[in-house]
Amino acid sequence: MTMQAGTNAVRQSLASFRQEREADWKAFEALLARVEKRAPRALSEEELLSLPLLYRSALSSLSVARATSLDNALVSYLESLCLRGYFYLYGARRGLRQRIADFFLHDWPHAIRDLWRETLVSVGLTAIGAGAGYWLVASDKGWYDAIIAPGLAGGRNPDSSAEMLRSVLYDGASSEFLSSFAAYLFTHNTQVAILAFALGFAFAVPSVLLILMNGCMLGAIFQIYAAKGLGFELGGWLSIHGTTEIFAIALAGAAGIRIGTRIAFPGELPRMAAAAQAGRVAATAMVGVVVMLLFAGLLEGIGRQTITSDGVRYAIGGGMLALWSAYFYLFRLVRHG
Amino acid sequence: MARRAAFVAARPLITPEGVDLRVRLADAGTRASAFLLDVVIISTAAVVITIVALFGLRGLGEHELQPLFIVWIILIFLLRNAYFIAFEAGRRAATPGKLIVGIRVASRSGAGLTIDQVIARNLMREIEIFLPLSILAGRGGAGVADTLTTIFGLVWALLFALFPIFNRDRLRIGDLLAGTWVVEVPKLALVEDLSLRQDPVADGFHFSPAQLDAYGIAELHKLEEVLRRDDYFALRAVAETIGRKIGAAPQAPDSRAFLTAYYGELRAHLERKLLLGNRKADKHAR
Repeated sequence: MTMQAGTNAVRQSLASFRQEREADWKAFEALLARVEKRAPRALSEEELLSLPLLYRSALSSLSVARATSLDNALVSYLESLCLRGYFYLYGARRGLRQRIADFFLHDWPHAIRDLWRETLVSVGLTAIGAGAGYWLVASDKGWYDAIIAPGLAGGRNPDSSAEMLRSVLYDGASSEFLSSFAAYLFTHNTQVAILAFALGFAFAVPSVLLILMNGCMLGAIFQIYAAKGLGFELGGWLSIHGTTEIFAIALAGAAGIRIGTRIAFPGELPRMAAAAQAGRVAATAMVGVVVMLLFAGLLEGIGRQTITSDGVRYAIGGGMLALWSAYFYLFRLVRHG
Repeated sequence: MARRAAFVAARPLITPEGVDLRVRLADAGTRASAFLLDVVIISTAAVVITIVALFGLRGLGEHELQPLFIVWIILIFLLRNAYFIAFEAGRRAATPGKLIVGIRVASRSGAGLTIDQVIARNLMREIEIFLPLSILAGRGGAGVADTLTTIFGLVWALLFALFPIFNRDRLRIGDLLAGTWVVEVPKLALVEDLSLRQDPVADGFHFSPAQLDAYGIAELHKLEEVLRRDDYFALRAVAETIGRKIGAAPQAPDSRAFLTAYYGELRAHLERKLLLGNRKADKHAR
């Protein structure tokens, strides 16, 4: 009979455990439901302060329930409640404004600086590609069609007349579609940049090829203009947006190269950790790339067609390049004296 | 079945307070259905935006074409690239599709999920899903989709789509690069305590210690599941099995009351053992 009495006592105490704590759990659940839906501002100060207390009490209930209760539904309920509370309370949550400020003041330039080696490689690859493209087209015109798809060339080819080539550089201001053209360019270039980044996963090989190809196209088109003595003018036409755009694509390639090389050569970290670390730096850089491409799209879609003076074009292009370099590499010096 | 059993979903997650919350990873099927839901939402939104744009075009006339076109192109771009990022960077770390099936993204380290992680995991979607699709669509549209391209596209798509099945933590390429994983966050309601259920018929049943020793915690939890499901035929089958094992023969209409009574006493019996330091895991344990 003692055993029966003991069993009943256990049953009683567990029932009262649940009865006493149930109100706290319900209150915590209700608060969580509210903060998950709306901003924490929706809570009063008192409620906000009670959140961590209720969370700890739920955690302690969970420990007690796991050790003493065999009610599976109760333990599962407490587990899910604590997990929700954990994700809410320990998910470092900064305001949107704070996050944006941090990104521009710190995260973005830091990520780009961190990628400096890959950036050098990427810029170097673009230059090599451009040299190769120039040389190939100079040695045999047939290469031009192989490098630049006829649809992209816009009727420009090695046999075009100088007047025709010149007209592409300075006409077009009459177009009504400038800003929609800018929007199109932006989305298209961004998609290419994201591709250059994401393909880096395959040990950086596709990213390298993409960057080389990009350089090749530059070199090829430059050759047909230079051959007609329009090299300087083309430089202006390209540089007004090109400094920003080519820099951005080079950075996207650099981000891809970083991921690929870190997966191939993780160094002292485990491969998974190295990949995760590289992925986060590269992702931050990529957001920056998208911002840069937005600028490039605006410059290309609007600026290039309305500004037709070579001097101004070079000034804007050079100015943008100086601006980006200063922001990425010198900004920190200014902030830290 | 054997494969499913081999996949152990629970992973330790020790909170700073020292409690192991044992997160459960979402399985591949759940994640696939969440993704499909998102695809449906995105494509519905894209179709609606396009239709509105086309009607707007008719109403506004040619000269209003340009701003409309810009808005359209930007919205489609955002749908493709920002949909996942915006929702997963939000308070609930889940897209609408994930929310519906009750899963969310979390950092593998247990720390808070940061925005760069969300961006990294979603940009990789570009090569996992969109690239093979656009290669196929582009080739198909141009009428030059030869067998080789199609096979290449399919192999690529499958390689990435099935990637989560071939690793222990069900990681996508994007998860791998971002240091994230996808966990279940079910919203469970607090349900009644079965051992407190009042049942006049159940009060008539009494069990000896020998009868209560027949089962352990694993069986108790199965019994709880059956009782909560409250399916007549399942209750009867279980009542018959238990009755045979412990040497009691309840009448068929009484199976629910019999099981309720047995559950209450078995649980109290096992909880008492637990208090005394003996966690009887299943019927084979002493």
